[in-house]
Amino acid sequence: MLHFFLKRLALAALVALTVSLISFSLLFLAGDPAIALAGEGATDADIHAIRTQYGFDRPVMEQYLFWLKNALAGDFGTSYYFKTPVINLIAEKMPTTMILGLSAISFAILLSIPLGVLAAVKPNSLFDRIALFISVIGQAIPSFWFGLILIVTFAVKLRWVPVSGSDSWQHFILPTIVLGYYATPAIMRLTRAGMLEVLRADYIRTARAKGIRPGKVLFKHALRNAVIPVVGLAAVQLGFMLGGSVIIESIFALNGAGFLAFESISRNDFPVVQALILIFSLIYVLLTLLADLLNAWLDPRIRVA
Amino acid sequence: MTEQTINAPETGGPSWAAQLRQRIFGHLGLTIGGGILTLIVLCALLAGVIAPHDPYVQELTNRFASPVWMDGGGWDHILGTDHLGRDYLSRLLYGARISLLIGIVAALISGMIGTIMGVSAGYFGGKVDAVVMFLITVRLSMPVVLVALAVVALFGGSLFVVVTVLGLLLWDRFAVVMRSCTMQIRDLDYITSAKALGCSTPRILLTEIMPNVLNSLIVVVTLEMAHAIVLEAALSFLGLGVQPPLPSWGLMISEGKDMLLFEPWLITIPGVALFTLIFAINMLGDGIRDVTAPENRN
Amino acid sequence: MENLLSVKNLRVEIPLAAGQLLPVRGISFDLKKGETLCVVGESGCGKSLTSLAIMGLLPKIAQRKADRLEFAGKDLTGLSERQMSAIRGNDMAMIFQEPMTSLNPAYTIGNQLMEGLIRHKGVSRSTARDRAILLLEKVGITAAASRLPQYPHQLSGGLRQRVMIAMSLMCTPDLIIADEPTTALDVTIQAQILRMIKELQAELGMAMIFITHDLGVVARIADKIAVMYAGTFVETGTAEQIFNAPMHPYTKGLLSCIPVPGKTDRGSRLGSIPGIVPSLIGGIDGCGFRSRCPYAQDACATEPTLTDRESGHTCRCIHEASKLKALTWEVA
Repeated sequence: MLHFFLKRLALAALVALTVSLISFSLLFLAGDPAIALAGEGATDADIHAIRTQYGFDRPVMEQYLFWLKNALAGDFGTSYYFKTPVINLIAEKMPTTMILGLSAISFAILLSIPLGVLAAVKPNSLFDRIALFISVIGQAIPSFWFGLILIVTFAVKLRWVPVSGSDSWQHFILPTIVLGYYATPAIMRLTRAGMLEVLRADYIRTARAKGIRPGKVLFKHALRNAVIPVVGLAAVQLGFMLGGSVIIESIFALNGAGFLAFESISRNDFPVVQALILIFSLIYVLLTLLADLLNAWLDPRIRVA
Repeated sequence: MTEQTINAPETGGPSWAAQLRQRIFGHLGLTIGGGILTLIVLCALLAGVIAPHDPYVQELTNRFASPVWMDGGGWDHILGTDHLGRDYLSRLLYGARISLLIGIVAALISGMIGTIMGVSAGYFGGKVDAVVMFLITVRLSMPVVLVALAVVALFGGSLFVVVTVLGLLLWDRFAVVMRSCTMQIRDLDYITSAKALGCSTPRILLTEIMPNVLNSLIVVVTLEMAHAIVLEAALSFLGLGVQPPLPSWGLMISEGKDMLLFEPWLITIPGVALFTLIFAINMLGDGIRDVTAPENRN
Repeated sequence: MENLLSVKNLRVEIPLAAGQLLPVRGISFDLKKGETLCVVGESGCGKSLTSLAIMGLLPKIAQRKADRLEFAGKDLTGLSERQMSAIRGNDMAMIFQEPMTSLNPAYTIGNQLMEGLIRHKGVSRSTARDRAILLLEKVGITAAASRLPQYPHQLSGGLRQRVMIAMSLMCTPDLIIADEPTTALDVTIQAQILRMIKELQAELGMAMIFITHDLGVVARIADKIAVMYAGTFVETGTAEQIFNAPMHPYTKGLLSCIPVPGKTDRGSRLGSIPGIVPSLIGGIDGCGFRSRCPYAQDACATEPTLTDRESGHTCRCIHEASKLKALTWEVA
């Protein structure tokens, strides 16, 4: 178990390193950073000074190692636009994105697991078919468009929730739904498939033979086993959601890391973009690691070897 | 229940081809998906013939003309006109070309990359497999939208850049699926006998492995086509994809966004078009999966 | 004495594309308190489905029909799943044939042992725990308390089946249905488990329906025996009647398949009844065994009924009891 965990940890570190290399090289594709940093109207002398100051005249590999060393210490450089440390910017915006991501995955799980269980209890019933049909429809709706439609309907016409911004919890309702619904069909289908398989298992018959109440058979004996693969999927989906927050936060002008990423891209503020790519990747890697641990914890066959 | 054996009914009935035909047309999703998709492809191909107007010609005196079913709408512009007075229906028809082009080319590029990686990983195993798995993990960990936006911003938004970036980003599912499919058949008897007969590795891969993973490949192609189409629309919507004046559906939604409160049909129409296309492709993909591998239906 | 379980014309129907599958075609029997009925038959004769039908545990596609299904004076046919669940595990319990897969991998042995008792008797966790330890000891598990926090995958098949047996006894049911409880186990363990089941049954005064295809097992435990073939009982009687004076040709065939020490030549091949069981889809014309029966006649084309031949010994055959007794059939 420990061996497995250490191996996964090493892999995670290697993945993070590779992503850092990729996101660093983005900066180079972006053109001369000194010119960008100096801003408009800078003289050649200014640019030259910045180039030496930031070490942009050194060999690429050296710069990467320098950047990596700083990044490991939490220093991702200075924003071209704000002229403040990148890490401060991200630290300020990340909580909003985290809240959005967590509430979206909670929304998705709370919606899709009960639906998946119910669909599996009566496979091919009317309910099952409707749930399946809705999930097919749901998967075909582009989220940015869905977001706009929700804004028109619930914020503009019905005035139930605010249109945009991130000042109160009401501002998170629509973004949560839009970000969450996209993960719902996948989680629902996996829950349904898992439940269908588990409900055929001998130990379910044993539980029924013991006279355990039908609801408890379903949720204690069946769901507990069917949910194990769902955990991994949910973790992966949460990772994708945080990445997808770029679109959703832009639509709702939700002032989080995704919105910051979008604005930084528009402003060619590449130190910020670079850092965000790396951080989103790291979060994804950590989430999958967490999912593996959760799986091991949920499945005694792995936990108690 | 283990001792309860239920014998399958005798299969002396219709021929294999007839059964396949029956399965294809008996499958509602496949018929609907295939039907809608054919219609959209026809619209895209024939856009030059059936579009009532030039999609780029502006008529600034006739901006935001309502669609025909709304008050003030007319048959001249069935779906109305946009903020520059361009015919919405014509733009929609030409927009189908962009979406389909993006979907097909991106799926081709990513399909090539992913299939080569997946099949080699599955067939050779060992180190090759470890490297491919690592690359897949790296790719999955990178936020697609963010990376795509950044790269498009770097190289400038154009159809070529968008399609290339998406093609280079969306190979992960191909690699995962092709890898597991290849692994499943790698050690089957006919592959072993092909090896024993002295067939070269490329020959085995092309003539023995590929035909047998083709079904799964086609299913992934549909999924990734849909994926690429949605991503292009999202990028264009954010202003970092296909650039004006091209009639990308995502761009149309973006341009209509400013009039969201007053003319919501401006975003409804291209949105519904996008939804219908994705829906049709997904239905087709699901249908193909069901028809080619009915045992995996649940 | 009053009947604990009374079954009349129990049927199971499974609609299939190829037609109506009728794996159980009218089973009737009565069982008194403390009695053991052994149901014997080949694989696929419907004996497992019969037991599941009584427990109300049939798979969803299967339908149960019965003229009467009474347990402890209560009609089971009209009960909902919820009402059945109050009886199952409490008054009637079941031991299954697959110990490896019959325990939930996600929960500890203790949790699974205790939950039934807590559900039915409303006892405290510590009471349930004490009873679980007691029963684990009764089924011959040493260091019982230390087993409670273990998970199924940590136990061997034999241990798991002992746990399953202990689990079925938690609420001291009046009826235990054991469906081939020893089939999946080692021969040495089989004997131990059988003896244990028999002892516990006597000690707790439970009635038992024991399902098996193994006549050797039947001889050790049965009071009454029912021989099942193609969905129906073809012969029923006391253990003595069936073993000493079998009537039905099928029973005779089955009995001649058991090796008898001293009688069966060493190294000689064990017999098996030639032929195959008729399809259980739709009706069966006449006697279901006639295609395999050496004494089949034209008259066998009409279905014989199960009739009492002498003092409760019943047989489903057109031949007279006296003639049947005289028949000898050594399956080669």
